[in-house]
Amino acid sequence: MLENLDPILLARLQFAFTVSFHILFPAFTIGLASWLAVVEWRWLKTGNPVYMEVYRMWVKIFAVAFGMGVVSGIVLSYQFGTNWSAFSDKVGNVLGPLLGYEVLTAFFLEASFLGIMLFGWNRVSPKMHFAATIIVAVGTLISAFWILSANSWMQTPAGYRVGEDGLFYPTSWIEVIFNPSFPYRFVHMVIAAYLTTAFVVAGVGGYYLLRQRFVKHARVMFGMAMIMAVFVSPLQLLVGDLHGLNTFKHQPAKVAAMEGLWETQRGAPLKLFGWPDQEGEETRFSIELPKMSSLILTHELDGEVKGLKEWPRDERPPVAIVFWSFRIMVGLGMLMILTGVMAAVLYWRKRLFDTPWFQRWCMALTPAGFIAILAGWIVTEVGRQPYIVYNALRTAEAASPVAGTQVGLSLLAFIVVYGVVFGAGCYYIYRLIHKGPDIASSEDAYGDHGVDHPQIVTDLVTESGGDRV
Amino acid sequence: MFDLSGFIDLPLIWYVLIATAVFLYVLLDGFDLGVGILFPFAPSDKCRDRMMSSIAPFWDGNETWLVLGGGGLFAAFPLAYSLLMPAFYMPIILMLLGLIFRGVSFEFRFKAEGRSRRIWDYCFHFGSLVATFSQGVVLGAFVQGIKVSGRTYAGGSFDWLNAFSIMTGIALVTGYALIGATWLIMKTEDVTQEWARKCAGYLFGYVALFMGLVSLCMPLMDDRIRELWWTLPNFMYLQFFPLSCVVMFFILWRDLHRGNEYRPFLLTLGIFLMNYLGLGISTWPWLVPYEVTFRLAAAAPESQSLLIVGTAVLLPLVLAYTAYCYYVFRGKSSHETSY
Repeated sequence: MLENLDPILLARLQFAFTVSFHILFPAFTIGLASWLAVVEWRWLKTGNPVYMEVYRMWVKIFAVAFGMGVVSGIVLSYQFGTNWSAFSDKVGNVLGPLLGYEVLTAFFLEASFLGIMLFGWNRVSPKMHFAATIIVAVGTLISAFWILSANSWMQTPAGYRVGEDGLFYPTSWIEVIFNPSFPYRFVHMVIAAYLTTAFVVAGVGGYYLLRQRFVKHARVMFGMAMIMAVFVSPLQLLVGDLHGLNTFKHQPAKVAAMEGLWETQRGAPLKLFGWPDQEGEETRFSIELPKMSSLILTHELDGEVKGLKEWPRDERPPVAIVFWSFRIMVGLGMLMILTGVMAAVLYWRKRLFDTPWFQRWCMALTPAGFIAILAGWIVTEVGRQPYIVYNALRTAEAASPVAGTQVGLSLLAFIVVYGVVFGAGCYYIYRLIHKGPDIASSEDAYGDHGVDHPQIVTDLVTESGGDRV
Repeated sequence: MFDLSGFIDLPLIWYVLIATAVFLYVLLDGFDLGVGILFPFAPSDKCRDRMMSSIAPFWDGNETWLVLGGGGLFAAFPLAYSLLMPAFYMPIILMLLGLIFRGVSFEFRFKAEGRSRRIWDYCFHFGSLVATFSQGVVLGAFVQGIKVSGRTYAGGSFDWLNAFSIMTGIALVTGYALIGATWLIMKTEDVTQEWARKCAGYLFGYVALFMGLVSLCMPLMDDRIRELWWTLPNFMYLQFFPLSCVVMFFILWRDLHRGNEYRPFLLTLGIFLMNYLGLGISTWPWLVPYEVTFRLAAAAPESQSLLIVGTAVLLPLVLAYTAYCYYVFRGKSSHETSY
């Protein structure tokens, strides 16, 4: 069965699967590392043990997520060669050094100091421990810098020439690294990572507040997360808009797919919903706001927006998936902004920490950041098709000369293994959340709301150090 | 365009750097993979906890050398990367899957209880075993060479599979287990240490046997290697490698019986180094044996130049803070985990 399948399609499916799985963890750990640094700083500054206990709870979750990020990342660094060897050969001169720098400047930093962050409590001073947390946080950002630079180069290649041998050669490293879409993509992604973490932390804090457990800790989590929701989610809308304008300039076909727009027109409407039909070259059943698309993209009511028919059929990205993913991403972003607005109102009314419906709302939005990030990446990666390096190298020309069977079998193996590992990882993270922070005095654990004996649930999970013989 | 190729021999420097990164990976991940291979045979759960906490702060950093090996090869020798990866497709995928299982086992095991902890113990063991065996198979297939046409891999899906590569797979399992055992002699005490010493004693024989077999097979399988090693005057000079191995094996044997704690680990590293250099001499100057030399596979000089500047600054820094981390977690490890 497998040998009849197209190896390129299988390789694309495999990469989509492994990279989507991988990105969930860095997205979470980028934000978490920075937040942990802030929490530890508050602890050093105030000496309040609540911060310490919050840190020690979340650093365990960080360790699980980071571990899964590392192992799924190693897979990617070899997959460029196993499944995309023609791509590696052709663009190695340009992208290789960027990935090399990512390993040298970020991976070693994160991996080495993570050991101190997790196990170094009694071996280094609190200041050194804080330094290790900061180094890990900075490492995650440096890593994002290089990998997003490499990805952005594939979206908006610059500073290169194609030699007579068909290989890509760099002509200016500054132009390669700081290619046109990189600054926007980098800022957009880092903010997305911060918001993802904020909404996870808000969900957990909301869960504790709702149950009246660990109330002091929950207020730290919930309060800090809401600061992000109030101030950073509107900022993301602004950055996203700038990123979109940049894409409009450099990858207009992607924007046309995002908008579901087939005919080039002045005063193009914004389609809120619709059903893009790739074969029929139209978007059916669309609900439109007149002229809004032109206004957003050109900042003029009658600005011209290019439609998909400008490009031959074999140069158009798959429209429906880009169109829908874009709406999912934007929709979730709007919910985040709404959350920020509600949080500000509740804070003003002094009810931020004791409004059960709002706590439930935040719990429901726990996975929002992850879904938005996946949707956003689907927009940008599928929107680049049929090219792997935009307008320079087609995806179909980039694959390895390997049999479909091998790619298919390894895809199946990855699906099974990731399913097991991801399931177990989520289960252990859930248990850590359920168990909550370790607290010195038991009084604090159940809050000052009249619960004077431990709830049964908290006894289910005991600290599993190494002392069971 | 920034280009250092007029001043220094970039491809040669990169060849040495990548080879060094791979060797550091073999040493560093060698001991923690080796601990994983020995894991289920330890006498008690307490021993296993102790073994785990002796490597838990380091495994992440150790595996990063593998990423540097892969990433560095992609950066400095993209042609070699794009030929070797499809050639070893299946063993590499197996290695990655093995590394996934053992990597997550570190974290999950600390959090699991009762029977589910046992599951992660076995995931850790089999993950380490499969990853090591696959690396050994890749090594065995590598020295036998791969088929290339133009700039693409031209062989089949199973070219890597034969008796020799299976043997090198098993050989590497015993080799890593020996590094792991001598690491445990150094980092643990009491029961665990005694047990590790016993393991090292058993493994010693197997490792010596396999090293002898590989050293014998390679010249017999390949004319070039035979000519290189078994003709005068090369034969005389190159005797340094096998002889120094024999000497180190001898001292290791004595140390294992006399109770030295640190030297067995260092000697095992020394033995690995001699074998690695031997392999390097045998495959010189091929990066994709026996089709593409490291010079032909080199990336454009401007690409190699950019990365060499950073490497010159960053690699010493990486080594320095790696050493610092080993220093922080120096001494004997306990079975208590403090996080």
